[in-house]
Amino acid sequence: MKIPRTALLGLLFVSVSNAASLEEPLAALRAVQKEGKGNEKATAAWQQIAKADPAALPEILAAMNGANPLAENWLRAAIGVVADQAIKAKKLPVEAVQAFLMDTKNSAAPRVVAFDLIQRAKPELAEKITPQLLEDPSSELRRHPVSKITSTGDEALAQGKKDAALTAFQQAMKGARDEDQIKDLAKKLKDLGSPVDLPTHFGFVRSWKLIAPFTNVERKGFDTVFPPEEKIDLTATYPGKNTEAKWIDYTSTDEYGQIDFNKPYTMLKEVTGYAYTEFESGEEREAQIRLGCKNGWKVWLNGQLIFARDEYHRGAKLDQYKLPVKLQKGKNKILVKCCQNEQTETWTVEWQFQLRICDETGTAILAAK
Amino acid sequence: MKIFLSLLSSSFFLHSSFCAAADWPQFRGPNASAVSSEATAPGPKVAIDWKVELPGRGLSSPIVVGEKVFVTCSSGPDQANLHVFCFSAADGKKLWERVMKATGRTMAHNKTSVAAPTPCSDGERVFALYSSNDLFAFDLAGNLLWLRGLTFDYANASNSLGMSSSPVVVGDTLVVQAENDSESIAVGIDVATGKNRWKKERPKAANWTSAVVFKGAVALQSSKGLTGVNPKTGDIEWDYTDGASTIPSSAVTENAIYVPSNGVTALTPEKGSVSQLWRASGLKPGTGSPLVLGDSLYVLNGAGVLVKASLTNGDEAWKLRLKGPMSGSPVAAGQYIYIASERGDFQVVDTTAKEGEVIHSVELKETVLCTPAISNGAVYVRSDKTLWKLK
Repeated sequence: MKIPRTALLGLLFVSVSNAASLEEPLAALRAVQKEGKGNEKATAAWQQIAKADPAALPEILAAMNGANPLAENWLRAAIGVVADQAIKAKKLPVEAVQAFLMDTKNSAAPRVVAFDLIQRAKPELAEKITPQLLEDPSSELRRHPVSKITSTGDEALAQGKKDAALTAFQQAMKGARDEDQIKDLAKKLKDLGSPVDLPTHFGFVRSWKLIAPFTNVERKGFDTVFPPEEKIDLTATYPGKNTEAKWIDYTSTDEYGQIDFNKPYTMLKEVTGYAYTEFESGEEREAQIRLGCKNGWKVWLNGQLIFARDEYHRGAKLDQYKLPVKLQKGKNKILVKCCQNEQTETWTVEWQFQLRICDETGTAILAAK
Repeated sequence: MKIFLSLLSSSFFLHSSFCAAADWPQFRGPNASAVSSEATAPGPKVAIDWKVELPGRGLSSPIVVGEKVFVTCSSGPDQANLHVFCFSAADGKKLWERVMKATGRTMAHNKTSVAAPTPCSDGERVFALYSSNDLFAFDLAGNLLWLRGLTFDYANASNSLGMSSSPVVVGDTLVVQAENDSESIAVGIDVATGKNRWKKERPKAANWTSAVVFKGAVALQSSKGLTGVNPKTGDIEWDYTDGASTIPSSAVTENAIYVPSNGVTALTPEKGSVSQLWRASGLKPGTGSPLVLGDSLYVLNGAGVLVKASLTNGDEAWKLRLKGPMSGSPVAAGQYIYIASERGDFQVVDTTAKEGEVIHSVELKETVLCTPAISNGAVYVRSDKTLWKLK
């Protein structure tokens, strides 16, 4: 729905007039940092913002733009209080909140809040807006149209309209970014004879060079710098644990992109493996490396350690770890260290990881070549 | 909220914060004893007084401060929406709700949820902690006082199975455990500012137990044992190192701590030393934590059998099979123990019967994993969908 320009100007005026009084407290909330830094000022500022006129809601939402997750929560709580009263008094500035929502230059988090406010105050409007969110930068907002279109497909299928159902499911799949919705749609599409290329949809990196086994006795391999961490030489061989370690080619055929060290190396224990690949990016850009792994692991991008975690066999899932990175134009070198520990229970067999490259929304970034 | 010091002194032993006698301010109630100290006990024949719907999952216990019941839950596809509810104890009317977003990881085993730790209160503030290690302090009217994201602060402080240690507040320090296989920590946080008073490295091992307070020291349990720390400084006052469970927590009285360690081990810690009173290797707490009622210790084992044992030497007096399985811990008031099974069978045990006896039950007809709360002659229980008041 289009918002008249005059209305927007009016709203802008309201926002600007409120901004003067809220500028300082909003800045105090945005200033909070790790370990409670800024909490004292934020406590007083929050009280002031929570008492703001409902007309200030777009201003408070805008303060969430680019804020750190802690500041987002301070602001989210204040918006909740102001909105509770506004909705009760039927004073929520719906048009301004809608304008905020539809402006995709605003951050995903406050836009999700804006949608929730509209849903509470004017559910019929939220329903009307929903189809426009299918290609939204926010994966959370996409869930609404994906769910709605999927239901349309289900209804069509129940009426025996397979073509209509197929069209709906394909449209929903195009917008779906969350695993639960993708899995559901993939099954429906497969049942209708139109399977989905899941590795491409997710952007799993499936072709790697692997080298193993190095030792991880007493879990010491996690912190040991083995040769691949110092230099990638794909022709080199090294003394490994009880055998020689050399690089091999490995391409996963798993739909969910699992890179399974057990397949080439058998089910070893107390070992460390590395996986290396090169990813061609068409441009320099912000991206995320998303990893699922239940072993100890480290990830390097272009020689820089991105994150490391020494937890073993507590569970793994898609997108378990979301690591913000900057891809350089051209070749990007990705190295993954994957450590297996000493546990012998049946649920500790896995020695594997799953890695995809995507944007913040979860949209796959595919290799340029 | 008015504080009645006379009630405080007569009702609680070394009560860790300023709450009134009928309050149930934390996991397992006053001083984590799991026993109500109020004069008006709920009695045996409780029935549903009111119930309210909850919009998300949770196995945290409700807590009660004055006339307000606080409960947490988590909603959304990744349980990233973190709710804090305040209901009127009288009629279940929602007084306020705050919804925040997880800044830490929300991955958890399917059986548990992000709203696993029970909130706690010092009578003026409510501290709500989640498995994502997000921590929020509200006043009783719902004003946000401060917040922390402990996994945002300490990036490897998380457990992919989920975390559940409930915080405790001692004077003006909130003690939070975020213990796991990787960056395992406990922090003492200033209740006024949300800033660390201290931060300690803890054993690198997953741990779901909650602290108890004994003679002013916070007893932190882990696979290594039980460590008493000064809540203000984090300094270690005593250390028991013979190992302990990582799921059921300890029971505590004015004189001793009963630790799920090599069965159950009774300890009397003092500054610089820990004496062992007895050890009963046959007492094996399951998921639920033991409790002390009168002169007996009650242990609920993994098979759903409630065992009454002597507080003097751990000898078993009787065993009573309950309708299980159980995830929550038993709580007690007067002569009765209250416990809900995972299948929603709320059971009342008369501990004075010769062999113990289930004398009343209420079918809640939902999966219940929480530990009940007791306040003002009522029992509060929650599921993933509902909060009940039984009276």
